[in-house]
Amino acid sequence: MGVTEDNLKDFPGEVFSDDTGKANFMVTSIDKLANWARSNSLWPLTFGTSCCAIEMMSTASAKYDWSRFGFEVARATPRQADLIIVAGTICKKMAPVLKRLYDQMPNPKYVIAMGACAVSGGPFYYYSYTVVKGVDTIIPVDVYIPGCPPRPEALLEGMIALQTKIKKSRAYVVDSPKKEEK
Amino acid sequence: MEAPNQLIPVEDAPGEFVINVGPQHPSTHGVLHLRIKLDGEQILDIEPHLGYIHRGIEKMSESLGYKQFIYLTSRMDYLSAHMNNQACSLIVEKGLQLEIPERAKVIRLLMIELQRLASHQLWWGSAGLDMGAVSPFFFAFREREQILEIFEETCGTRLTMNYITPGGVMNDLHPSFVKTVKALIKQFKVNIHEYDKLLTGNIIFQKRTQDVGVLSKELAISLGATGPVGRASGISCDVRKLHPYDGYEKLDFKEIVMHKGDSYTRYLVRIEEMKQSMHIIDQLIDNIPEGDFRVKTKAVIRLPEGEYYQRVETARGELGVYIVSDGNKSPYRIKYRTPNFSNLGVLQYIAKGSKIGDLVAIMATLDLIIPDIDR
Amino acid sequence: MSKEELKAYLELTFPTCKFENSIDFPLLIVEKESFFAIAKQLKEEPATNFDFLFCQTAVDYISHFEVVYHLTSTQYRHDLVVKVMLEDRENPVTESVYPLWKAAELYENEIFDLFGITFLNHPNLRRIMLGKDWPGYPLRKDYSDDFILTPQS
Repeated sequence: MGVTEDNLKDFPGEVFSDDTGKANFMVTSIDKLANWARSNSLWPLTFGTSCCAIEMMSTASAKYDWSRFGFEVARATPRQADLIIVAGTICKKMAPVLKRLYDQMPNPKYVIAMGACAVSGGPFYYYSYTVVKGVDTIIPVDVYIPGCPPRPEALLEGMIALQTKIKKSRAYVVDSPKKEEK
Repeated sequence: MEAPNQLIPVEDAPGEFVINVGPQHPSTHGVLHLRIKLDGEQILDIEPHLGYIHRGIEKMSESLGYKQFIYLTSRMDYLSAHMNNQACSLIVEKGLQLEIPERAKVIRLLMIELQRLASHQLWWGSAGLDMGAVSPFFFAFREREQILEIFEETCGTRLTMNYITPGGVMNDLHPSFVKTVKALIKQFKVNIHEYDKLLTGNIIFQKRTQDVGVLSKELAISLGATGPVGRASGISCDVRKLHPYDGYEKLDFKEIVMHKGDSYTRYLVRIEEMKQSMHIIDQLIDNIPEGDFRVKTKAVIRLPEGEYYQRVETARGELGVYIVSDGNKSPYRIKYRTPNFSNLGVLQYIAKGSKIGDLVAIMATLDLIIPDIDR
Repeated sequence: MSKEELKAYLELTFPTCKFENSIDFPLLIVEKESFFAIAKQLKEEPATNFDFLFCQTAVDYISHFEVVYHLTSTQYRHDLVVKVMLEDRENPVTESVYPLWKAAELYENEIFDLFGITFLNHPNLRRIMLGKDWPGYPLRKDYSDDFILTPQS
């Protein structure tokens, strides 16, 4: 069952076909609803290794409150978290631990690299023998926030940028979206 | 030849097992990995594993100049960033035999006592949070944010300032510094009594910290514990009194030494230190001398050959910097004797025999910063 | 005791050891074989009573290693630096001072990890920071990073 492509020539919005070639256009509004729900209640994982963790704690406290944007509950276990904010330097001994935490998080999951050390190795890029030069060599990163340490307002801007990114993405795209080109 | 890992569980001791606390754990204050041997809920042995934030700062400094390695020290114990910078600046000035102006000394002391207040505030908030009390966390950040704003006006950043450099300080004070600090201290003196109402007098907090993690004086001396941990066990080890630097000899303040050695005593020592810091700021804030804030140094500094050692008192204990110089542009060997490294050694001895819940109380009052241990 | 009195006292008590001057503390250079007995005497003698080991580290002068101990006394408030020379670069070994000062446990683990100097009679000597598998000892002057930059497949 389904509406065929010929009837949908002027439809405003995206059209996805399933395997039988029929279209299902209700996905667009559910897409927007799912994106809205996901972006407005991201729960971060408490993961801070060094100085940027203190600015993350400042963002969580009363002056620069991040819970007004929905990041209310910071979970300690990765099984219940959506977002991992990598705040601090990652060393070679810590890298497998970070990968394991990332793998334990359920989909959809997002990563913010906060601070110069997580973005590219930071002040320890030259001459250090144990620092991983950027956390995106281990896990895929969505938003990069530069600074050493970045101000709480910079962290909030990065989190809002992540929310915007989620709202523009497709929530229900599975492995092979077949968007028909006419 | 390494000894084998001694925490291997034994088959014929049922009930004993080994667990990992960390590296990612909300109450270890950083990435510390503890392997704990338990019998039910009682701790039999603790083995700390470090190195998860070992960035090789000592080896890195062997490739940097004497004005450049200071930025790395702000990131070691980031809650006492001014004190770390001051230790490095003092040792370079000692090597060059440089005299800095009086105004620079007074500005340094003001920044340091404000930093000590901010550090103890964050400690107080997270100690409450570890015990399960969530409100102190927000109350603690109220004054800490005001202090960080004062730092931002003068030093440029909130957390890792490289403001204290060899020769003096980097910039002059902001014009509204004196007024803002006076208003803050006046408000803080009233607000500190809220701390007593929230945590000090709280019966749950007292029951969780009294007689927990008792450190005797002989053991503290043998382990090299300094700072509030050592002073709560009866050792008089405040570097500001024993080896004064930068004008501390002219100030009037008390060294807080108590004798009981349990977690509650360590808590009380830090609350009293906050009051002493406010007293020091009161003595200095009206008498800032005029003059230069900095003495010019050469662009490339070379320390004369020899060995140098400098101690300062950070918020957590005695920081020592040991430099071996061979006359070149970079230090030949630099070693940081950090207070948290020795205070971590205390944990193995005082947590044996207590329960896991007590371990959290002990770590909250030991106040460890893990990047300081690993450097 | 002040710095000069301490130096005079030590020159009398340990005639075989060498002294050097530094800007901060008197320096005592000790042979490896007699080091533990001298350290024990420094700690237990009532006139000196060095009961606080506040820093222990090692330095790599390319021909030899030096293990440096910074001692102080909580009773008299005088300080001393003791140095031990280790000539053997392939297999440097010395005695641990854990039986005298418990603070040495973590310091000696760190020196073993970063320099490769083994300490006898240590309760639990292990590579505490870098882990068992790290090739080489980073703080030595001849440490090379090549295994990271050009990894063998």
